[in-house]
This record gives sequence, structure tokens and C-alpha cells, in this order.
Amino acid sequence: MDARHKLIDIAAFLDRVERAEGDADFRLKAFRDAMKCLDDSGNDRAHDVLMAFSDPTQEPIAVAHSKGACGAWPGEGE
Amino acid sequence: MRFIEPHAHMVSRTTDDYADMATAGCVALCEPAFWAGFDRGSADGFRDYFRQLTEVEPRRAANYGIKHFTWLCINPKESEDMALAADVLSVIPEFMECPNVLGIGEIGLNKNSRNEIKVLQQHVDLAAANDQMVLVHTPHLEDKHKGTRLILDVLKYDSRINPERVMIDHVEEHTIGMVLDAGHWGGMTLYPESKCSPARAIDMIERFGSDRLWWDAACDWGPSVPLAVPRTACEMRRRGHDESLIEKVIFENPKAFLSQSDRFQL
Repeated sequence: MDARHKLIDIAAFLDRVERAEGDADFRLKAFRDAMKCLDDSGNDRAHDVLMAFSDPTQEPIAVAHSKGACGAWPGEGE
Repeated sequence: MRFIEPHAHMVSRTTDDYADMATAGCVALCEPAFWAGFDRGSADGFRDYFRQLTEVEPRRAANYGIKHFTWLCINPKESEDMALAADVLSVIPEFMECPNVLGIGEIGLNKNSRNEIKVLQQHVDLAAANDQMVLVHTPHLEDKHKGTRLILDVLKYDSRINPERVMIDHVEEHTIGMVLDAGHWGGMTLYPESKCSPARAIDMIERFGSDRLWWDAACDWGPSVPLAVPRTACEMRRRGHDESLIEKVIFENPKAFLSQSDRFQL
């Protein structure tokens, strides 16, 4: 029941996004990409979803211009 | 049930929270220095905060029979300001001999910047030079995996650091393996929205074993639950795990790690 409840919440969220106006946030693409991990076999789905949202680069950034994280990596130069 | 809450920011919590934690079986808690939700303007602001951590909170906790311990640092969220960080690092030794100070923490990274790494290295040097244990904060959300790897590199580079005396907190499924492989301890933070849910925390115990791992609430001024550890213990019991394993995760493991400091006495 708990997983069913969460799945319906995600479905409703995506419906809400479709109804909204304006350009898509970059996090929506990351979210859709991460959802593809749910169809994988094996038992690393949680790991793979987390990695889909993660900054894949290796080097430190030059300067921290903000303090907060937003949930998904915006890409180089963002 | 008895438990140790190894990460709680009680300066942000009410006295009722102390009462509830004591009622649920909390015998000791550890309060690492952290970001107040705003940038402090000077090292004197930190000096007052460190007095709160070493004088005021132990008294509040003692009213409920809870032992209070602490860790000192400037949090990575304020580490971009190198001058402020240098001033605060010079204040920390004033408090290092206080009876409830366990070590340096929670240090680490936030946005994985060059200045944050420099300040992290300075904290690690301070800990190594004074034979202090280390408590590490790993970054949030999209920054966590990269930041955890960078932190492990800094720790590995300093040969004076014994990995078994370093706790890397806020691990999740994509970072727990690299932390344990490096010989450190790992903490799972039980938050209602970010970090780790009770179900996932139990999953990780089932998958990675129970050695060198603890759970914490990291309760502060944001969405967080001071009773997250005992509630997760109840969920673990509901899954059918032995009482001895539950006791190991919520009491024996934190006791084993923290007892590496002579000051940690229950």
C-alpha cells in the first residue's frame, strides 16, 4: 500500500506538470531519466536513481555561489 | 529500548524534545557544530556558539538524564569565506579541552568548491595535530556522490588520520560502499524528505551488514524528527530482526565508535 500510494503521488505530480504553463525545469528531465532506472532488473535501483541525479564531474568547482542543493545536477556551466 | 542519538542539533530544539528523547530511551547524544541557517558575522559569534555547545546544552540535557557530547568546527556552508574560517579555526583550541568535546566536526563539503576543500584540509590538520576524532558531513542531494569522493581523497592524503576514528555521516545507497571500503564508519541520517527513510536505512543494514554503521536523526531547525532513531528501531523490529541486532545499530555501534574518545563515558 505504501509503494502504491507513492507511485500514484508521482503520477499525479507528472499530470500536474503537464497541466502547468511555462518551460520545463531541467530537473524534470533528470526526473524522467531517473524513472527509467525503475524498469531495471537487479537490486541497485535506489543506487542508480541517486546516481541519475548526481553531479558526474570529478573536479572541485571554482567558487560556491550558493549554499543550497536543488535535487539534480544542472550541467556544466550552470 | 536504550539508544544513543549520535547527531542532534539541540540548540535548535525545544526542551520538550529532550523530554521525549529521554522517555524513548536516549541515554546520550552528540551535537556537532553546524550552520545556524544564516552566516555568522565573526569568530566571536562562533565563540558564543561553542560556549553554548560546551556549557549550556550539557546542562539542558542533564535535566533529563541525557549525557551531552559535542564536536567543534566551522561548517562547510560557511567555509567559502577563508578569512572567517581561519579566525574560527584559531578559536577552536580554546574549547578542545572541554570535558564534552569529542573531536572536530561536522566538517566536510557543501558545494564541493576549492575553498571548501582548503578549509576541510585545515580542519583535518587540526584534528591530526591534536589526536582528535573526526565527524564528517557529506553534501546534499546532487552534490553528495562527488563530495563524498573528494572528502575521502582528503582524508586518505593525510597519513596521520586513522580511518577507524572518522565517521562519514549522511551516507546513502550510492556512497555507503565507498565509505566502508575506505575503512571509515558510516552514518545514515533519518530525515522525512531528504537523505534516508527508515525503510531504506534498514535495507542498507540488510545489504551491507551492521558493522561500522549507525543511524542518527540530525534533528535541527529544518524538517527532522528527534525520535527518528527509536521509530526506525520499531520498524526494524516489525521486519522481524533480532533485538540484539537492533541494539547493536542504535546503541552498541555508536558507543563503540564514540568510546574511542576517553571523554565518552556513559
